[in-house]
Amino acid sequence: MRRIGVFICWCGTNIANTVNIEGVTEAAGKMPSVIYADNYKYMCSEIGQSMIKEAIIKEKLDRVVVAACSPRMHELTFFKTAAAAGLNPYLVEIANIREHCSWVHKDKQEATGKAIALIRTAVAKAARNKELWATQIPVECRALVIGGGIGGIQAALDIADAGFEVDLVERTPSIGGRMAQLDKTFPTLDCSACILTPKMVEVASHHNITLYTFSEVEKVDGFVGNFEATIRKKARSIDLEKCTGCGICWEKCPSRVKSEFDEALVMRKAVYVPFPQAVPNVPVIDRASCRRFTREKCGICRKACPAGAVNYDQEDEVLQKKYGAIVVATGFDILDLDDFGEFSYGKHPDVLTSLEFERLVNSSGPTGGRLLRPSDQSPPKNVVFIQCVGSRDKSRGKPYCSKICCMYSAKHAILLREKYPEAQAYVFYIDIRTAGKDFEEFHRRAVEEYGALYLKGSVGKVFPDGDKLLVKGVDSLSGHAVEIEADMVVLAAAIKAKSDAPQLARLLGISTDTHSFFTEAHPKLRPVEAHTAGIFLAGACQGPKDIPETVSQASGAAAKAIILLSKDNLLSNPCVSEVNESLCTGCLSCIKVCPYGAVAEKTIEEKIHGKALKRRVAEVNEALCQGCGSCTVSCRPGAVNLKGFTNEQIMAEVDAICL
Amino acid sequence: MPVNLKLQSFEPLIIAFCCNWCSYAGGDLAGTSRMTYPANVRVIRVPCSSRVSSNFILRAFQRGADGVVVAGCHPGDCHYTSGNYFARRRFLLLQRFLEFLGMEPERFQVHWISASEGNRFAAVMTETTDKIRALGPNRKLRDTR
Repeated sequence: MRRIGVFICWCGTNIANTVNIEGVTEAAGKMPSVIYADNYKYMCSEIGQSMIKEAIIKEKLDRVVVAACSPRMHELTFFKTAAAAGLNPYLVEIANIREHCSWVHKDKQEATGKAIALIRTAVAKAARNKELWATQIPVECRALVIGGGIGGIQAALDIADAGFEVDLVERTPSIGGRMAQLDKTFPTLDCSACILTPKMVEVASHHNITLYTFSEVEKVDGFVGNFEATIRKKARSIDLEKCTGCGICWEKCPSRVKSEFDEALVMRKAVYVPFPQAVPNVPVIDRASCRRFTREKCGICRKACPAGAVNYDQEDEVLQKKYGAIVVATGFDILDLDDFGEFSYGKHPDVLTSLEFERLVNSSGPTGGRLLRPSDQSPPKNVVFIQCVGSRDKSRGKPYCSKICCMYSAKHAILLREKYPEAQAYVFYIDIRTAGKDFEEFHRRAVEEYGALYLKGSVGKVFPDGDKLLVKGVDSLSGHAVEIEADMVVLAAAIKAKSDAPQLARLLGISTDTHSFFTEAHPKLRPVEAHTAGIFLAGACQGPKDIPETVSQASGAAAKAIILLSKDNLLSNPCVSEVNESLCTGCLSCIKVCPYGAVAEKTIEEKIHGKALKRRVAEVNEALCQGCGSCTVSCRPGAVNLKGFTNEQIMAEVDAICL
Repeated sequence: MPVNLKLQSFEPLIIAFCCNWCSYAGGDLAGTSRMTYPANVRVIRVPCSSRVSSNFILRAFQRGADGVVVAGCHPGDCHYTSGNYFARRRFLLLQRFLEFLGMEPERFQVHWISASEGNRFAAVMTETTDKIRALGPNRKLRDTR
């Protein structure tokens, strides 16, 4: 006979409003093996926890059931409570009567009935819980940071400063990311490059950071504390050691392609550095457009290079490295505007996205910072900014708010006026969202000091009219149709997740939301952790974010990674598979289904009728097993069981529900 | 209560095996977003949809459950890389076996619900309950001893 204690939480009114707590407590007290049942307003509070501790000691409880919120929320809390009272934490079961009961059912009688059934189920399972002990697993004291934008840079620097080795992997030829493309940053109008480039240089020179640019993570195996990643260093065709970055190769190169960094506004060469402040300041040869590789002709850059750094025969290098923690900071993309034909984007050169506008006002951009119309290189007088192009638009774009557009458009309006005091900015908006420190003041400055004209309403059509653009829209506050003759139209295109984010999520075993942004473990309490232990998130790969938010999230992710790396050992999850050797027939079908290679065969010796016989059985490596339980189901004789979720426990749950 | 009235107000019992990483979290999200679905559904938490043995499902039907749902991560998104693929194959087979036994195949359903799909969780549970309520009680596999 077990001595089970049931503790029912009111969760303030969250549970108590729809579940009759007294009735449930009474019913729980009558369940088999239950010798103690009580309730309290907040079981997770200190008083609630000490109630549990006292009861464990006084009533000599050997199993505890807490009927409260989801085990994903407070399981660990109550595990610790039990451990503090000397009870093995794995003897605690949680009945989820909040998320799965009181919050989703309106009828009090129904919800009370279900709560009792859920507690009965948890009691049935708890009665079959066994003491489990976690084992120690060593931690590999290195971190991998994926993505070399400001988020990845910040995370890498923080982890490296704490004394751990960091590998920073960036797909493009240089680190810097989106922030390197920007001219000024809101709300202070700091020069983006001036605050970013020192950090980029610091990354390159930091003794704890190894930089892999033009590289990609191809595969990640393992688990928290013991990841193993495969990194492909794509052939740069330029020797990193020999190159001095003199620039003769790209001066001489005859091939021209659109520059990705300059948002295709200008051409770059086939051998190129993306931008002058690139780190490392070493070019790459873009083999898809280089004549040497496409037509097997040319070779000018090799002849021209004074350092002899050009090497056409360089091959991809594949590295295998071990890491304890991974920080993902892969950033964002801009929404494709193919579906927004009414704005004439792509049809008229003077209709730009905000990022293209950003390049045009940037002093390292295609016009050297002189804001000129791409069509005729003349300075614009009237510029129309259109907000929420694809944001907050369920039908053609994304339902969410891209968060940064209101602010950067105010910035663009200010920059326009600073460059051309006679110019006029018009901003069409749905709502102005300026929640952030000094954001509202910045927006007011754009309106009051820089005379930007804000029009609440939408734009129906933009079409060419002579050498101008005619913008037809509505000012919904005055109720009038508006027509503006604009020299330039700038679209605040929505932020979206990287198009290959789902592939990366799969590779890492983390989850994404419906818009392919990576999901955090808890939206409020664990915002920088992925669901998979040991993987942390930073920046816009988790959702639209501005620079300060990205930097603080990156530092948060770094802190979490440092906590992990600073431990010599981790406690493993003891809910792993075990093999009952006397039942195992050695068919080894469990090996085939194990995704971690945690099951192996071994030979045991048995004495049967005095004779020593050798027999093949399966064996589980507890350090590798992650506890999915796939093997338990594949096992024909029922020899494999999953601790914490045994066949007996689940069967007992089924029986208790069907009672 | 007259017998025929009792039949009319038949409320099915539905057991949902939910994987810890996607579907159970999806159920939690349905809760935190205060969506509603019928109280007929009782969730059993398992680490992965591949942990759900056909034995559990048969046991549930024998013990009188009117419907069983297995919910896991979307194909390709399994927390354990490949668990839901094994589950999918296994349950296709089980579904055909149940049909062979003479049971309505709708009583056993497999759904993929991610941690961000609270609305889908609520919708699946509502639809399943409605479907099974229309089918009536499970008599075929129920242990009638």
